[in-house]
Amino acid sequence: MSQEAIKERSMILQKEMVEGLFNDLANAKELGKKVCYTFVPGNLSELIRTFDLLPVYPEINALQSAMRKKSAGYIKEAEKNAHSEDVCTYVKCDVGMLMKGNIGPTGQKIPEPDILLLSYTGCFTFMKWFETLKREYPNAKVIMIHTPYQENAKMTPQMIEYMVKQFKEEVIPQMEAVSGIKYDENKLKKILEYSKEAEDWITKIFDTTKHRPSPIDAYFAGVYYIGPINIGFRGTPEAVEYYKELYNEIQERIKLGLGPITPEGEMKEEKYRLVVEGPPNWTNFREFWKIFYDMGAVIVASSYTKVGGVYDLGWRHDPSRPLETLSEYCMNCYTNLNIPQRISLLTKCIEDYQADGYITNSIKSCNSFSAGQLAMMREIEDKLEVPVGFIESDLVDPRYFSYSNIKNRLESYFQMLAQRKTMEKTEA
Amino acid sequence: MNNLAEIIAACKDLAFDLDFKRAKQWKEEKANRVVVGYLPIYFPREVIHAVGGLPVAIFGGGDRKQIIKGDAYYQSYICHIPRSVIELVLDKHTAHFDGYIFPSICDVIRNLSGIFKQQNIGKFVKYMDFPQNFLPQVGGVFLQQEMQHVVDYITEISGEKLTTEKLNHSISLYNTNRRLIEFIYDIREKYPWRLSIEDVYHIIRAGTVIPVEEHNEILEKVCAFIDQEIGKPQDKIKVVISGAFCEQPAIGLIRAIEEAGCYVVDDDYQLGSRMIIGDIDDKTDNPLEALSNAYIKQSQYSSSIYDISNPKEYRLAKIVEKRKADGVIFASASFCDPSLLDAPIFQNAFDRMGIRYIAFQYSENINQFKVIKEQVGAFSDSIKLWEDEPMTVND
Repeated sequence: MSQEAIKERSMILQKEMVEGLFNDLANAKELGKKVCYTFVPGNLSELIRTFDLLPVYPEINALQSAMRKKSAGYIKEAEKNAHSEDVCTYVKCDVGMLMKGNIGPTGQKIPEPDILLLSYTGCFTFMKWFETLKREYPNAKVIMIHTPYQENAKMTPQMIEYMVKQFKEEVIPQMEAVSGIKYDENKLKKILEYSKEAEDWITKIFDTTKHRPSPIDAYFAGVYYIGPINIGFRGTPEAVEYYKELYNEIQERIKLGLGPITPEGEMKEEKYRLVVEGPPNWTNFREFWKIFYDMGAVIVASSYTKVGGVYDLGWRHDPSRPLETLSEYCMNCYTNLNIPQRISLLTKCIEDYQADGYITNSIKSCNSFSAGQLAMMREIEDKLEVPVGFIESDLVDPRYFSYSNIKNRLESYFQMLAQRKTMEKTEA
Repeated sequence: MNNLAEIIAACKDLAFDLDFKRAKQWKEEKANRVVVGYLPIYFPREVIHAVGGLPVAIFGGGDRKQIIKGDAYYQSYICHIPRSVIELVLDKHTAHFDGYIFPSICDVIRNLSGIFKQQNIGKFVKYMDFPQNFLPQVGGVFLQQEMQHVVDYITEISGEKLTTEKLNHSISLYNTNRRLIEFIYDIREKYPWRLSIEDVYHIIRAGTVIPVEEHNEILEKVCAFIDQEIGKPQDKIKVVISGAFCEQPAIGLIRAIEEAGCYVVDDDYQLGSRMIIGDIDDKTDNPLEALSNAYIKQSQYSSSIYDISNPKEYRLAKIVEKRKADGVIFASASFCDPSLLDAPIFQNAFDRMGIRYIAFQYSENINQFKVIKEQVGAFSDSIKLWEDEPMTVND
């Protein structure tokens, strides 16, 4: 674990982008920029850019705090202030961080929000989170856009119309009022062009796991790949450049027949190809990943990397219908899909990427993902006769990451996969 | 049912009849009748009634249904109600239900609607996406469309078309229902000894599983009985219960709170029956719009409704003031996100306002309340000893 992670050019590009954003945030007042807090699922990065706002993503701050081992203290702070042990730990980590001075992952202070943009997509807790933050930041303007759930596995014209009306009658006028900038649809369209291009690239990137060995890990490394597209850079030339660069690096790996890069270097042998449902644990991220790569397991697709947008099935931002396309984007994020849609998407992943198994990482404090996972798992097992595994952890609360439990379960699971492979070989 | 005790006994049977026999009997009385189950918190039952349907509330199995299959659907850290709902359905308690409605309460109930869809349970499954936008021309129109979906599902089964007259009539019946329920609460505000909260609970819950016409008759009789002095006042404090709007506490817990020294003068146990405050226009050319306007403009506060323009802590404080309550008991179902995420908002505000409160968690299937009873008893004693004046709210 002491080995330094190997950095490729794409990683450096991403680091520069993120550091640039946090620098701007630290100097928002001097730069005369207004600050907009918002969430990853249904993030309206293009609209935020149209109004020259700087985005802050509280759940990204929470996961960064967890990776830096600070979340436990923040959660404790929130729990001292009437927050229950049993609710979303992202919320508690964020509230605790605020109570401790709101120092962000780069060590700089995160400015207070001028806008709390609540694109209420696929997660009920988001609404409660911003109700809580509004009480902490009474001067911030909360702008709500209600995203209808895809209850019938489709986005109907009525649902799109409802969202467009919200954009026109509430979201845009309120963003104009706070930012002091008039809505410029042509500017938004240009930004959306870049979004579409970035989405094309990221789809190609995640599609490279069809190769054997898979050149990337679509979960543990995937969470880094989705960074730029989900934290405000979608719709920028920088994001397009990042994804092109990343794609080229991956192509190079394919040519050389290399497997994924892990924190301890290249994975030498691909033994098992898996699809994972559910977010990762962030408090012990490396240890968690290590269990997989030590066993030669590579994740060829994951639902979590679709949390900020599902592009696999061909949907892209369409610059010619800017508000309609933003509406569709919000409705099409993974946790806004109904359970049959989720099953169908994961089934497709298992088939397309020729996975040997399916694993659910059930997160204690995330009902948006967790409620229904057991039924989904059984359905997938019945439908595809693929071995399924189930582990439990949490997002950012280290009290709910039990290394030995998870390792034991995964080792048993991998033994089962190994036996199955042996049997298949024998039968062949 | 000529005396109050008989009425209450009948309501008790209806309220916890997990086979929903009255609904079954009602359905069998006439061809093409449609029974529609709906989960908490609120659904405008008027639209089901207007097209020949019987709305039936599904509050889960409580402490009367052993969970075996349901636990295979939900992890231990998810609340109890979805697993008991699944258990009821898989054990055919709701075999006579035609459709199911899942109002947008939280992620768990939302995803439960997906499990129902995946397993093709019922002739229709509707996730009722209540708008979080409160402009009549935006969120209001969307809500009308959502209600129309439900009407379409029922009409397809019953063949009965929605008309303005029918919906106005249904609205009128439910207006009466809400007025009578409110009368009971108003009486209890002044004379809480006349009818225990346990009895109130049974009477209101019975109304969620029988036709509204029958429930209105029951309520009228109850109101007549409690309009006269009955029972004897006891030395108890007055409290408001908040947070128990979805998964219901066991009846033993509801009883235990009063036994421990508290008159419950308001609560959100079955919020759906009291969600709309006041009457809804029942003489309109557009009753769907009237229902949607009522939701947007006349709803009680709820942990499932975005509250920025009308903060819930002040609304609850107003209820405390109106009912001259001595304090609030926050009762949240374990792992209930909406209720638990609201807890710091309420508690921080009430600390500032000087409103006394206690908080505890429960699960629908737990029927041992010793610790909670002691906690409530201590709360009651401490308030009686303080002897403060009732609070006033300044927002």
